[in-house]
Amino acid sequence: MADASTEAAIVQQIRSDYQYGFSDAEDYVFKSGKGLTRELIMEISRIKQEPEWMLEIRLKAFEVFKSKPMPTWGADLSGIDFDDIHYYVRPSEKAETDWDDVPEYIKNTFDRLGIPEAERKFLAGVSAQYESEVVYHSIREDLEKLGVIFLDMDGALRQFPEIVRQYFGTVIPMADNKFAALNTAVWSGGSFIYVPEGVKVDIPLQAYFRINAQSMGQFERTLIITAPGSFVHYIEGCTAPVYSKDSLHAAVVELIALEGSKIRYTTIQNWSNNVYNLVTKRAKAFRNAAVEWIDGNLGSKITMKYPAIFLMEEGARGEVLSIAFAGKGQHQDAGAKMVHLAPHTSSTVLSKSISKDGGRASYRGLVKVLPKAEKIRSNVRCDALILDPESRSDTYPTMDIGNQDVHIGHEATVSKVGDEQVFYLMSRGLSEDDAITMIVNGFFEPFTKELPLEYAVELNRLIKLEMEGSVG
Amino acid sequence: MSDPLLKIENLHVAVEGKQILRGLNLVVRPGEIHAIMGPNGSGKSTLSNALMGHPNYQVTDGAVTYKGQEIQEWPADERARQGIFLAFQYPTAIPGVSLGNFLLAAVRNVRGAANVKPLEFRKELMACMKDLGIRQDFAGRYVNEGFSGGEKKRVEILQMAMLKPSLAILDETDSGLDIDALRIVAEGVNRQVTPEMGVLVITHYQRLLDYIKPHFVHVLVAGRIVQSGGPELALELEARGYDELLRTHGADAAPVVAGA
Ligand SMILES: Nc1ncnc2c1ncn2[C@@H]1O[C@H](COP(=O)(O)OP(=O)(O)O)[C@@H](O)[C@H]1O
Ligand SMILES: [Mg+2]
Repeated sequence: MADASTEAAIVQQIRSDYQYGFSDAEDYVFKSGKGLTRELIMEISRIKQEPEWMLEIRLKAFEVFKSKPMPTWGADLSGIDFDDIHYYVRPSEKAETDWDDVPEYIKNTFDRLGIPEAERKFLAGVSAQYESEVVYHSIREDLEKLGVIFLDMDGALRQFPEIVRQYFGTVIPMADNKFAALNTAVWSGGSFIYVPEGVKVDIPLQAYFRINAQSMGQFERTLIITAPGSFVHYIEGCTAPVYSKDSLHAAVVELIALEGSKIRYTTIQNWSNNVYNLVTKRAKAFRNAAVEWIDGNLGSKITMKYPAIFLMEEGARGEVLSIAFAGKGQHQDAGAKMVHLAPHTSSTVLSKSISKDGGRASYRGLVKVLPKAEKIRSNVRCDALILDPESRSDTYPTMDIGNQDVHIGHEATVSKVGDEQVFYLMSRGLSEDDAITMIVNGFFEPFTKELPLEYAVELNRLIKLEMEGSVG
Repeated sequence: MSDPLLKIENLHVAVEGKQILRGLNLVVRPGEIHAIMGPNGSGKSTLSNALMGHPNYQVTDGAVTYKGQEIQEWPADERARQGIFLAFQYPTAIPGVSLGNFLLAAVRNVRGAANVKPLEFRKELMACMKDLGIRQDFAGRYVNEGFSGGEKKRVEILQMAMLKPSLAILDETDSGLDIDALRIVAEGVNRQVTPEMGVLVITHYQRLLDYIKPHFVHVLVAGRIVQSGGPELALELEARGYDELLRTHGADAAPVVAGA
């Protein structure tokens, strides 16, 4: 076993490689002790002054959580100790709408992460969550006037309890899986978005999630509803400090795209390598609606995430475009689920993964077609790039096709960086490292080109850091 | 006589344990254009790859001196930065990497990042593309991906124009080009040739040499230069074919001194 001093040295080393690994001193309004009890759930609900029905949902979900065994079909979760986690940390009393009112040390953190600057430059609204609570949110005035709602989930529950009650848990029932149940029991923070009929939000709304404390559990809950004919692009980013103890991030994200509307949901996840990231994301797309999950998975210790789209009515379209980068000590178990419930629906999945320095990337996917869903189209493609012999990639595709009159394609490739490609680039003056990084960036290009320019630049920079982080 | 730009002495190269070049000698001085002709499989591309520093091509004997320095230990990127350029016979595709970004990275590495201003780079690139009859939208296309044979060759010469090498090796740049494209590409090369520069034109056929006029012509057979002469040698070869040379110099003809 590593003694304390070498462990500290290792943490120090990781900190210096991962530039978001800094942490703040804790100065919280409320921080629960470790472990989860019925009393704590009641306490959270009381602090939040929630309606009784929400507390009932929470307590019921807690029972479901306890009754469900730890899933063993995917990544190794045996390292999670549910008794060694802080489930609720309240950094400040409320979500501010003016940066000046956010506590100074939190503001500094988000400044370092470039959040207010990004808001000024290219966002229509921002939400910033620190530990369990959203500490700041804002939306462009003209959008607010058009009736667009962009709030933290707690704020939405206070201001629009009927809408929340109508949709909460309708896409992802609490019993869906152990971590969805856990989230439903202790959820806090997250975003609530409602876009009224016909309104197209022209530039993205962004939420940023930051874990600061050690052994922290973050359980945000997000719900997005687009009314007929509307459009929104929501982007989320996340980071955490580096500690020797693990943290848990178990979010639930529910999307509802009503007739003819479109939701694009982009994630650039860059957790530190001590975070278990176990997220349930699911969307329902109704008649002629479209949902796109653009999912970038960097960092974390283990990620298990399979964004799903239920194609509920004719003409609905779903797309998952995801990348995963599994470095040393990481397992990215990611994928997509497409469920065709109606005729003439279509789905596309493009998943690209890179594994390196012993990292492991798995694609786990499901395409399900109900018997009545004729004339559907589905196309799944997974490309894996393995950078060294120590690393690993697997695909676990499942097809459950209940109708014969369908168009379904599935293709999976596994490749290595080609010697001839590296030589070609080196013959034009690029160093070997730069050549490999360029090939990797090119491999991710079908993903990167879907991002707003600022994020594409940032992603390429993160990939470069990941590539460098391993040298030596 | 000026100092040699490139001096190849008794070069032996093996690929995957198979000896391909077996004692090749060649001197290129600044301002000279040398043509290397030879039948398929004689080792022309092996010579190109070895000169560019491909790690799979092992120099088992002999030496290559460039601008007075032994370059055996230089990796390919160092050779590129020192002014050696290879126009590949079969350029490799780099999916997802746009030609423009790739060339910017290449030019920055070769000229030094501080010497390359993005706007000027762009202007220069557009001008070079125009000269070579390459449509502007190619800057946004992925490197060699889905390019026709002729487009790949033009783009190789485009890279040469941007990198401005001291020693250019053109490996069968003429193959896959129709006659109009051949003329455009050859003119492109001729425009770039300076009195300080050396060029190795590797070709199977004589026709490229109607456009790029060599000072010297060498015939490579079975890993050795078996005959050297002036431009007239290319015409002779065209008339005669390689058969006779293969009979007298081919791998089966002369006893090969193993490993020598
Ligand atoms: N990468 C390689 N692996 C195995 N054999 C090779 C490789 N490159 C060249 N060779 C062999 O070396 C010989 C010379 O090939 P090459 O140099 O490509 O000839 P040329 O360009 O004159 O047609 C051929 O027999 C070819 O099969
Ligand atoms: Mg050849």
